[in-house]
Amino acid sequence: MANVASTTASAGSELTARALREAVFSGLITLGLFVLFVGLKTDQNIRNELILTQHWVLLAIFVIVAMVGRFLMVAYAQPWLAQRKAAKAAAPEVAKEESFFSRNFSKIAIVALVLYPPVIIALVGVQGSLKWVDNFGVQILIYVMLAWGLNIVVGLAGLLDLGYVAFYAVGAYTYALLSTYFGLSFWVLLPVAGLLAACWGVVLGFPVLRLRGDYLAIVTLAFGEIIRLVLINWTEVTKGTFGVSGIAKATLFGIKFDASKDGFAALMGLPISSAYYKIFLFYLILGLALLTAFVTIRLRRMPVGRAWEALREDEIACRSLGINTTTTKLTAFATGAMFGGFAGSFFAVRQGFVSPESFVFLESAVILAIVVLGGMGSLTGIAVAAVVMIGGTEILRELTFLKMIFGPNFTPELYRMLIFGLAMVVVMVWKPRGFVGSREPTAFLRERRAVSGSFTKEGHG
Amino acid sequence: MEYFVQQLVNGLTLGSIYGMIAIGYTMVYGIIGMINFAHGDIFMLGGFAALIVFLLLTTFMAGVPVVLALLLMMIVGMLTAALWNWTIERVAYRPLRGSFRLAPLITAIGMSIVLSNFIQVTQGPRNKPIPPLVSSVYELFGISISLKQIVIVVITAILLSVFWYIVNRTPLGRAQRATEQDSKMAALLGVDVDRTISVTFIMGAALAAVAGTMYLMYYGVVVFTDGFAPGVKAFTAAVLGGIGSLPGAVLGGLLIGLIESLWSAYFTIDYKDVATFSILAIVLIFKPSGILGRPEVEKV
Repeated sequence: MANVASTTASAGSELTARALREAVFSGLITLGLFVLFVGLKTDQNIRNELILTQHWVLLAIFVIVAMVGRFLMVAYAQPWLAQRKAAKAAAPEVAKEESFFSRNFSKIAIVALVLYPPVIIALVGVQGSLKWVDNFGVQILIYVMLAWGLNIVVGLAGLLDLGYVAFYAVGAYTYALLSTYFGLSFWVLLPVAGLLAACWGVVLGFPVLRLRGDYLAIVTLAFGEIIRLVLINWTEVTKGTFGVSGIAKATLFGIKFDASKDGFAALMGLPISSAYYKIFLFYLILGLALLTAFVTIRLRRMPVGRAWEALREDEIACRSLGINTTTTKLTAFATGAMFGGFAGSFFAVRQGFVSPESFVFLESAVILAIVVLGGMGSLTGIAVAAVVMIGGTEILRELTFLKMIFGPNFTPELYRMLIFGLAMVVVMVWKPRGFVGSREPTAFLRERRAVSGSFTKEGHG
Repeated sequence: MEYFVQQLVNGLTLGSIYGMIAIGYTMVYGIIGMINFAHGDIFMLGGFAALIVFLLLTTFMAGVPVVLALLLMMIVGMLTAALWNWTIERVAYRPLRGSFRLAPLITAIGMSIVLSNFIQVTQGPRNKPIPPLVSSVYELFGISISLKQIVIVVITAILLSVFWYIVNRTPLGRAQRATEQDSKMAALLGVDVDRTISVTFIMGAALAAVAGTMYLMYYGVVVFTDGFAPGVKAFTAAVLGGIGSLPGAVLGGLLIGLIESLWSAYFTIDYKDVATFSILAIVLIFKPSGILGRPEVEKV
């Protein structure tokens, strides 16, 4: 008995010693990483020369946090996790009963989204609802729609596209330019924008048909940058970096959303407010996003959708079975691009202003990150990822109470992209298969089984 | 004619910088088959480290000889960038090794966002100009060559020889080449694959930091967004030269530099990046293996 106690005690002290060693090591690494960038800050003085200001306390905090964190991790968190894993492995397998909520998740989510604006108005009033409907609702739904569109290319057909934002830009500029120059309405230009974007999808897709994997990613990135640079430099048409402003608003069956006598508010006998237009936009993007999801679900059951998935799993087998890989790839590009174009023209009508600034590579990266983090191919997972990543960073704008902790100069917005990037890394390392890591096969023999994401390929297209 | 030669000199300088960054891309791609998107930001980080060392020297040790200052900037930049790249590989790429192909690409993009925003938050979003370090200009047959151009080309040549020696003549380089060809087989034969990969990241980052220091010296300014465009162009260079090939990366870098400066000189400067990206697309479409690369064999 005493013997056992002494071995556990010695194991404990050994663990503590190791934890201390690792803590010192990570403290040193942290010191090395941050000594130049956190300890010293380059500032401009009054004569506009660069000077250094010193922040040694901040650096010390960084190092101490790293050391304490590493110590707790090695000494307590890791043994606890190992123990839990062992206990889980020892416990008998329990067949999990799916709850009502998880079975009907998508239906519940759709109903909740439809009810979202009235509930918000009831809670915070018409003016208060602006922020919640616009910043959270519309903003997140745009990304959901873009990610669902990209999902057709990346998740279904397995073609890695890093320049998706180009099609978003094509859609936005189609609406912006044609409505300013020719005065066409949103409802006419929405399909036009989709069609034009789809054409661009084919044009850009055609030369890259032979490429696979990373090479495809890089060429699409190059195309995305080329389109942005053309938008910047073709100043006679696009007005360059100044962007196109004063883009016409959308109308609901000819009813305008303005303060005029036959505007929406006057007709309905409501007080004039910009919130109604935002709510209209919310339902518009909700409808567009659901259309994307519906088309995706239907296409997956059609021959073309099955060809996409076959292409993703194995291109060579696909070709030997007589599937025309050229048209399969091009349809995937075109369909994905079309939804990007729809989203783009919605973006233009919502902002009332477009400039090349909105279509940088970062946007493509964010959309791709949402698709991958959501667990490629899973519509629900992608929607969840969009809510977490975009909603999470939007919430940062609201965290004014942090000012009380870190002082009045603290601006949480500044940390938005930093935290977004960190979240991308952390989620990916923690769940490499995304939030929803299982897929249901569309075609099956006798019995439908959910397949773990690890068994499906990501495609080398 | 003199104008043309002048542009050649400028392009060669720019190309040397791209070549040094491209080596990091090509080595990492060769060894683990992954585009290290954060590499461009490591280059920017190296530039910032050099900037801070420069400011430290001018504040606390005024009157340091320029050669010594440049050397210190380079060494500290190399150490810092190497440590960053090592840490990034450790926390963001290594746990995903053996996972599906897109996973490390996403963490690399995430890391690139983290690095540029980290510098924006800690060092501020404004341009950081420094006074010129070396300003002498020599006239040679009507062409003006500045001392900094000579410094850049000479340092590139020296570092590339050192690298060539390490990769082709040392046990470490042999381990790297073995891991590149077949990492499983290399592991079976006693090569520490994880360590070799770490060393590759460290070497790539060190070169990128030197490129960052040269960039800072050449243009006299650095800003937190500087990682992206040179990063993509350096990757273009790596692909153009044939990814996985060291001489190819340098050759590609020089070509991209030349194309960029000649295009700016004879056509419009606005579309110089469009030219570079178009070349990337054209090369990939018609000769994906690049100039000096080996063609990829499709395995069933």
